[in-house]
Amino acid sequence: MSNAVWDASQPILEIENLSISFFTRLREIPAVMDFSCKVMAGEAMGLVGESGCGKSTVALGVMRDLGKNGQIVAGSIKFKGRDLVKMDEEELRHLRGSEIAMIYQEPMASLNPAMKIGAQLIEVPMIHQGMARAQAWELARQIVADVRLPDPDRILNAYPHQLSGGQQQRIVIAMALMSKPALLILDEPTTALDVTVEAGIVDLVKDLGQKYGTSMLFISHNLGLIMDVCDRLCVMYSGEAVETGAVAQVFDDMRHPYTQALFRSIPLPGADKNARPLISIPGNFPLPHERPKGCNFGPRCDYFQAGRCDAGDVAMVDVPDGDRHGSRCVKWDEIDWNAAPKARVVKEKAPIGKVVLQMDDLKKYYSVSGGAFGGGHAKVVKANETLSFSAHEGETLAIVGESGCGKSTFAKVLMGLETATSGTITLFDEQVQSTPIQDRRVDTVSSVQMVFQNPFDTLNPSMTVGRQIIRALEVFHIGNSDAERTDRMLELLDLVKLPRAFAERMPRQLSGGQKQRVGIARAFAGGAKVVVADEPVSALDVSVQAAVTDLLMDIQRQNKTTLLFISHDLSIVRYLSDRVLVMYLGHVVEMGSTDQVFQPPYHPYTEALLSAVPVADTKVIRKRIVLEGDIPSAMNPPPGCPFQTRCRWKSQVAGGLCDTTMPPVQTLTGGHQIKCHLGADVLAKMDPVITFAAE
Amino acid sequence: MLAFVIRRLGVMLVTALVLTFVVFFLTNLPPNLEKLARSEGSVRMTDAAVASWLEDHGHSGSVFYRYAEWLGAAPGWVITDEKGVTRGKCIGQRDDPAMAPKFCGVFQGNWGVSTVFKKTVLYSLGKSMAATGWLMLAVMLVMVPVALVIGVLAGMREGSRTDRVLSTFSITTSATPEYVSGVILVALLASPATGLSPLLAEWGWIAKKTLFMGTATSAMDNITFWNFGLPVATIALYGVGYIARMTRASMTEVMTQQYIRTARLKGVGFGQVVLRHALRNAMIAPFTVIMLQFPYLLNGVVIVETLFNYKGFGWMLVTAAGNNDIEMLLGASVVAVIFVLVTQLISDIGYVFLNPRIRLG
Repeated sequence: MSNAVWDASQPILEIENLSISFFTRLREIPAVMDFSCKVMAGEAMGLVGESGCGKSTVALGVMRDLGKNGQIVAGSIKFKGRDLVKMDEEELRHLRGSEIAMIYQEPMASLNPAMKIGAQLIEVPMIHQGMARAQAWELARQIVADVRLPDPDRILNAYPHQLSGGQQQRIVIAMALMSKPALLILDEPTTALDVTVEAGIVDLVKDLGQKYGTSMLFISHNLGLIMDVCDRLCVMYSGEAVETGAVAQVFDDMRHPYTQALFRSIPLPGADKNARPLISIPGNFPLPHERPKGCNFGPRCDYFQAGRCDAGDVAMVDVPDGDRHGSRCVKWDEIDWNAAPKARVVKEKAPIGKVVLQMDDLKKYYSVSGGAFGGGHAKVVKANETLSFSAHEGETLAIVGESGCGKSTFAKVLMGLETATSGTITLFDEQVQSTPIQDRRVDTVSSVQMVFQNPFDTLNPSMTVGRQIIRALEVFHIGNSDAERTDRMLELLDLVKLPRAFAERMPRQLSGGQKQRVGIARAFAGGAKVVVADEPVSALDVSVQAAVTDLLMDIQRQNKTTLLFISHDLSIVRYLSDRVLVMYLGHVVEMGSTDQVFQPPYHPYTEALLSAVPVADTKVIRKRIVLEGDIPSAMNPPPGCPFQTRCRWKSQVAGGLCDTTMPPVQTLTGGHQIKCHLGADVLAKMDPVITFAAE
Repeated sequence: MLAFVIRRLGVMLVTALVLTFVVFFLTNLPPNLEKLARSEGSVRMTDAAVASWLEDHGHSGSVFYRYAEWLGAAPGWVITDEKGVTRGKCIGQRDDPAMAPKFCGVFQGNWGVSTVFKKTVLYSLGKSMAATGWLMLAVMLVMVPVALVIGVLAGMREGSRTDRVLSTFSITTSATPEYVSGVILVALLASPATGLSPLLAEWGWIAKKTLFMGTATSAMDNITFWNFGLPVATIALYGVGYIARMTRASMTEVMTQQYIRTARLKGVGFGQVVLRHALRNAMIAPFTVIMLQFPYLLNGVVIVETLFNYKGFGWMLVTAAGNNDIEMLLGASVVAVIFVLVTQLISDIGYVFLNPRIRLG
């Protein structure tokens, strides 16, 4: 192999002017154009951009795994000085898995469901180093321990579905490390995971990178994550790299309008829905075959200048006084990068009215059976435990928690898709906890509506947008004639800021953000008073997220809607909610106004959650608190406090109370509630997780 | 596991009772019984005579009671005629009526006597099932491996030349019914006048007049390649196409899964990707189809056994149905029902072993 002659001062990976196209029957679709980047030994390079910008295509291009339609049409990819583009299948096979390894977005899908973990791991050294089975098994054990998984022997003999998502991702990482590759490609490795699990994985990846000296190509849409992991980054837009440089430099002194627009559209600490609302990027991402002439970002750019920006291809230019900092903008040295954005519209805070929704001691239990052939003891899943809160008119109440915390179950019970085990839900003046949706009155149904997480699955693909909204109007008995309903439908399209012509379109002709607007229009069709938004923007790209969130806020201001905003994303919650409710394993562990929850004293879980969320701001200093282990199963919750298995404050409580007794709800000043055994003195001494560095 | 099997056996028992009752009800409709009376008694019986014959032979009364009698859950009928001779369902010709058991039905092992074959139903069933069993075994041994190989080869590289050739073959065979392919095969390989046999005989390559034998009757006693080849091929061809299509579909889907990409990108060679990573996952869907082929074969043999004059289950079923042999048909339905339910039970259990994610409950 060429390892012996390899000079460590040279880049591990050097991509030069790479262009990749996909060929369909109709046309050639360029996915990546004129892409260059260099990754040095031990360096972590971030690729950031929205979906469809070509960042994953670059990764697969490096792996030379573009499928039948994909082809590298120009440029070179040099790995340790050898051009991958010119290699044949056999040479590539030797590199894959041994020198270059890849970690994927969905760990469950990337592990073979019918093979034991051990068998999948030992394959790598057995193929590449010709290692004996027993020896490979020993190595696998060691690496599994290295990725901080408990009980390696049990794990190696397990099937993928027997592990949690975080454990699966650790296995995928272990698999990539089996033959100590020189380059690791990580394609959105934590997108499918919960934030506290993500924090653990990110720590692990960073440590392993240092331990083994592996270079990394880290692909993500999350700027905060890039800042945590990478040394350098490359911002991509519509198939091109638009800006590249060291992380701190690009974050603080960006020299491309797209990078700037991206940062202005993400909720950073300090953003506020009324005083400092987010600025969304106008327009839509261009389709690959409809790219504009000249700068791809031109039509959406604030600094666009006709005749210059759309004159011809824009080349990457070096920005001086930087460390290999480059920008693909013709006007980079003319724009005043420190000027405040002009488009910021300050909005009035909506008044908060009377109580519209009241929950008291709500419980929802499910019973499930165990055992591979059925039978076994029936187990009870306590999805919701003693949930009590009230929501007011015009208020945004955020419900925060990781998967399995019971936030979606709560939404189902409220909507009437499930009935409560015990407790009451008072909606206006009516108790609805045990009325399933089919028995509810039409006006009750139309007054509580839902906006769903995935706009791609919630619209009927064979019905026009207008028809779907009219259908909702018919169900809610709104309007006396078809003409009236059509008028109302068009008004609803105006409400969600979609052109009226969209009424005739099919869902497939809409982008994700537009589909979500249709979903919102449908939810408000019956004049909903309470809207449950279940992760309404988490499936959308960051630049679209801002627009959809603002739309929701505007409609709320107009209609005095109560918004129950279910989310795992604390940045957006901090940005738009008035009050926050934090859930863990079916329990409400903390509840209070946004300021109360985001500032100490915290519930220990809230503290960990806050510290786990990556923040894309170099001035923010975050305390690192990485939770050990996974969220316990709701089927088998720990005794005492639900959070005691992962709590770092447990030692501060005398007498092992956390192990045995469910903590009481403490009410602090201002109605701030915390379900914890910690004494008032300990809580008072808590430090804030997020602090701003002195300017 | 045990609890699951016991529960399933309970469900099977109920299913078997319901299904046999349906068959009992249909075969014991009044016109069938009248036909039975006329064929067993006399063709020229008056309607009144038919009614009294039926009464004398225990065919009157409620259909539920007669079903229970047949099952052996109710006491068999006993009639003493005007001559003082006592006859009954459970009383043999020379037996002493006093010594005869009260109950005699399927539960007691008395499945009745076939009116066509003049033997007990159990004996005839056993013989024909044995014959069909050999046929099905041979078909399965040929069909399953061939189909899986074709399906996997076609599915591992979707759209390739191999895929198109093999897919065309499987579409053709699954679109050709057995009575067509059987006739074609006979004409091609087992006719002294047409096809290959005259040519081969002319060149002196075969001593006999035909390559294969056009009838499988001799296979009842001694199975050889030459007398069994054509019936097996006829049934297998149809199934091969069908299972291969299913396997191909499943294989192409598995090959696009992310874990296959994972395997490829860790440097596993293509052959190993197919054998170690794709195969077991691709077998899950066809496994159900293969297990469904067993009950299908039980019916599918009707045409082929008749075509090749092989006296197995299908041939017997046709003969019994054609001759209003009620007891025989009932017996056959019991066997068929149990056969179907047992293969489906095996299918469900096998599924759990193939797919570690499945839990039965």
